[in-house]
Amino acid sequence: MAESGVTATVGAARTRGQWLSMVARQRELSLVAIMVVLGGLVSIGAPQFLTPSNLSQVASLASIIAIAAVGQALVVITRNIDLSVEAMMGLVAYCVAIVLERHALDAPAAIAFGLGLGLVLGMINGVIVTLLRVPAIVATLGTLSIFRGVDYLIAGSHQVPLAGLPPGFTDAARDSILGIPIFVLVALVVVVIGSVVLRSTRFGRQVYAVGSNPEAAAILGIPSRLIVFTAFSLCGLLSGVAGVLWVMQFGTINGTSATGVVLSVVAAVVVGGVAIFGGSGSLAGAAIGALFLGFIANALILVGLSQFWLQAIYGVVILVAVSADALILRRIARATAERRAR
Amino acid sequence: MSAVVAPVNGQLQWARLLARWETVLVVAILGLVALGASLSPFFLTPGNFSNLVAALMEVAIMALPMTLIIVAAEIDLSVESMAGLASAILGFLWAAGVPLWIGIPVVLVVGALGGLMNGLLVARGGLPSLVVTLGTLALFRGLALIVLGPRGVSDFPAAFTELGFGHVPGTLIPWPFVVFVLLALLLGILLHRTWVGRQVYAIGKNAGTARFSGVRVTRVRVGLFVLSGLIASLAGIILTSRLSSARADAGSGMTLTVVTVVLLGGVNIFGGSGTIPGVALAVIAVAVMQNALRLASVTVEVQSIALGLLLILSVVIPTFAHQAKSALDRVGGRRPPADSTAHGEGAPS
Repeated sequence: MAESGVTATVGAARTRGQWLSMVARQRELSLVAIMVVLGGLVSIGAPQFLTPSNLSQVASLASIIAIAAVGQALVVITRNIDLSVEAMMGLVAYCVAIVLERHALDAPAAIAFGLGLGLVLGMINGVIVTLLRVPAIVATLGTLSIFRGVDYLIAGSHQVPLAGLPPGFTDAARDSILGIPIFVLVALVVVVIGSVVLRSTRFGRQVYAVGSNPEAAAILGIPSRLIVFTAFSLCGLLSGVAGVLWVMQFGTINGTSATGVVLSVVAAVVVGGVAIFGGSGSLAGAAIGALFLGFIANALILVGLSQFWLQAIYGVVILVAVSADALILRRIARATAERRAR
Repeated sequence: MSAVVAPVNGQLQWARLLARWETVLVVAILGLVALGASLSPFFLTPGNFSNLVAALMEVAIMALPMTLIIVAAEIDLSVESMAGLASAILGFLWAAGVPLWIGIPVVLVVGALGGLMNGLLVARGGLPSLVVTLGTLALFRGLALIVLGPRGVSDFPAAFTELGFGHVPGTLIPWPFVVFVLLALLLGILLHRTWVGRQVYAIGKNAGTARFSGVRVTRVRVGLFVLSGLIASLAGIILTSRLSSARADAGSGMTLTVVTVVLLGGVNIFGGSGTIPGVALAVIAVAVMQNALRLASVTVEVQSIALGLLLILSVVIPTFAHQAKSALDRVGGRRPPADSTAHGEGAPS
């Protein structure tokens, strides 16, 4: 059973050779195609859309969400969810900003501290879910409150201004290497490493196995709890990365930074084609989902639509993405059943 | 099931009563009241009680249909946005000169329609409610912003704002509390005393089995989401009235508290179990806790730490109490092992 579950997600196209399942597996390509078409249309109305400076700005901002979305996708593939991502990002962002403002650490050490803090927060989630056996949605709803509360407790009404950060710290948000913004490079590195690990390592395959059929995975002797714990820890680490980038991007940080981001992160994961009940999806999909949402947001503003429309359109995009998933899955199931009947 | 394994001796019966989540909540409430009373002489005054209750009523009202939805193994994250959309439409209509006796029914209809949309996508479309209502969480909030924009509408008549922060004449009972009690009675009876309620539990335990047993799963699910949308829009009206201002961002962030209260009330996030009295007690517990912490001059933001801890503990404690109990039973040898496995967690869900 586990085998069929795993192969269905991994090699649906290979074994069934159906164009529909190809489309289902090529969510990344479909999203890119839509972006290209939309980009063309938007640039007719708003020529500044396709300028390198605008595109790199959009991509930099989307990269922050993409990195968090990669962590979220990892957790979602194991059939869990992490609602505390935004609170981890916010807490890391504030802690990094405040140690920099007080000159407690220099920039590299502060960044390392931020990543370490993210990892620890993620491990706390992992312990609550695996050792204390609290369902992930409840556990991370709880830690969302707790981490955000701690953030407020530390920050109070204090706000770290841009001037409080060491000179040059926020440059990374605007700098690029070989024309590619640094944030995008960071996101690319995260996606590439993550994808290789998921595709080609024992751990990666176990992540999918745990998500597609937990009972079967347990029977096969896969250490599910360890896998889930690791997924949550990595999600925390990546939220830490996103939190550090958040400081560089926005410069001004207080106790409410990154509030509401979890919506974008989960939306990116869903739009990127990761099944919310685990077992299938790719990290690249989640990252491209984030880029897609950021791209739409920017396009709408440039076309002159008020940003009040943004939320509504996000909602529609999520609904369309999940409906498309369900439709395609149903068609595949029907086609498979028909072929078996023959 | 409890009838089948009803213990013969009174001692075990006590243990069972103590082990009920509702009992734990009552003890927690008494403890918090004692704490509050020791912190401030104002804690036990009627005026304080009135404030304590009023601030939480929109959350409490939305928690009632959420209880039914989570018992049916679904979730509705869109309630806070529906409350915001209700507030925005009400404000928009009022500002456009539409009288409230038309505006309020319109808002309630919009709420029911929004719920219907969620329900059809989930029950008919077979989509996961977590994702669908995440989508409508964004969509409804977006519509609220489109309808009202960033402005606030606040010139509502006194009779309307009286509904939000007025009291029942001659008492200190706020009107929203009356609404909550009425709805709690209504939904409590629906869930615990009617066949509809039994069907909700059946769907939450095992939707497939329920369907084969003749439960109209789709219809019940759609009905629950319509109810949730309707009551969320009612909560939005009450919120507008209490703040005497209609805003598109009304209710932001409330869903988390609503879900937290429901889960604190002992409702299983995976469906199939939970009670309205439990959730009502959780509402009181949270209200008392927030009030006690406020008197101890803990800010609202930091109170979220306590709320989050409570939420996690509300799952951890019963799990470990259950494990400890079965371990004790095994050591004591009071039950044959077959019995303990039959009621353990080992049973496939």
